[in-house]
Amino acid sequence: MLTKEQVLTWLEEVKDPEIPVLSLIDLGVITDVTVAENGEKVKVEMTPTFAGCPAMDYMKRNVEEVLAKYGVQDFEVRMSFDKPWDSNKVTAKGREALKKFGLAPPPEYNLILDLDILEHVKCPYCDSDNTELRTPFGPTLCRSMHYCNNCRQMFEQFKPV
Amino acid sequence: MNTEALKDLLYKIADDQLILGHRNSEWTGFGPMLEEDIAFSSMAQDKLGHSLAFYKILHELGEAEPDTVAFTRNANQFHNCQLVELPIGEYDFSLIRHFLFDNAEILRFDMLTRSSYEPIAKVATKLKGEVKYHVLHANTMIKQLGSSTDEAIERLQNSLNEALPYALGIFEKSKFDNELIAEGIFEGEEKLQTQWLENIKKVLSQTHLELPDLNTITPKFGGRYGEHTEHLQPLLDEMAEVFSIDPTAEW
Repeated sequence: MLTKEQVLTWLEEVKDPEIPVLSLIDLGVITDVTVAENGEKVKVEMTPTFAGCPAMDYMKRNVEEVLAKYGVQDFEVRMSFDKPWDSNKVTAKGREALKKFGLAPPPEYNLILDLDILEHVKCPYCDSDNTELRTPFGPTLCRSMHYCNNCRQMFEQFKPV
Repeated sequence: MNTEALKDLLYKIADDQLILGHRNSEWTGFGPMLEEDIAFSSMAQDKLGHSLAFYKILHELGEAEPDTVAFTRNANQFHNCQLVELPIGEYDFSLIRHFLFDNAEILRFDMLTRSSYEPIAKVATKLKGEVKYHVLHANTMIKQLGSSTDEAIERLQNSLNEALPYALGIFEKSKFDNELIAEGIFEGEEKLQTQWLENIKKVLSQTHLELPDLNTITPKFGGRYGEHTEHLQPLLDEMAEVFSIDPTAEW
């Protein structure tokens, strides 16, 4: 019979369209999966990273497509702010994937954002923290732009939120 | 719970976000430098997302679909403050408006995280984290430019003087203000304005800019009751152009 674990394994296939190495599970936007007792109905709860993120509809559709691909006929994918996302929800595996992709992972923090957290982000290329914030906005809503004084390169960070 | 009061609160927040989001988007491709172009474009995208989150709550309360609400009302049906509808002007004006508005908005969202109406509290908890970046951006730029060259300081000071009466209009009380406070939905415009004033003073005191004496200023009220400047309707016409031609168009 279909289990929650099985559904979660399938959902590993759905990646962030803008960061194709990061699964939605590791991004932390799948907040709940329930399988009905008879094993037929599947409900997936999702939450947006950023409220204005244009990729969220796309991600929701991808989740629906994967469920359909594995033969789930009765499913419901719901997007809500019931369990709001914050960047601490990116998993350890997700952080590693971000770094390999050349994006500094968001630091785990106490959710009180101040400049210090953004000023000396660890460079994903050379691991130096001799870096500076260039702008809190980047090519997508979830990224900020930084400069590394050590390896003298611009880099992007997945923003702490 | 008084649904009319709740809707009035939601409309003014959502409309502020939608209209300022549209104005911010007018900087796309025209920013004075690439980073500012990206910053205003990103904030535009955030603000549209924020308006959508509040229009969705309104939809759950029985109002029309978010797109219908956003694209089919006329100016006199909008509850945004007049500050957000003013044209972008030059960069100094847009920066000052962004500074004055977002410093109020983050406090409003912070208050709403404690709202007795749970759907609002949840959305506010999420959005607060995003607006922090808007405030960080505004405060950093104001501190840097507000203590740089004579021209920068003079331009910002003129824009501050011009925008301030409109900024006070952010805090125009709705007829439901006392009710919202009593029901624990929102802590009220007066408290918001007091905290806002403290926060913007802290930033301005680190610059060469001077905050005019608020007692000498008449706030530009009316926006919360559907009275707007001549600038809002043309903005709405432009924003709804595609929707008006073909409401089912996907873009």
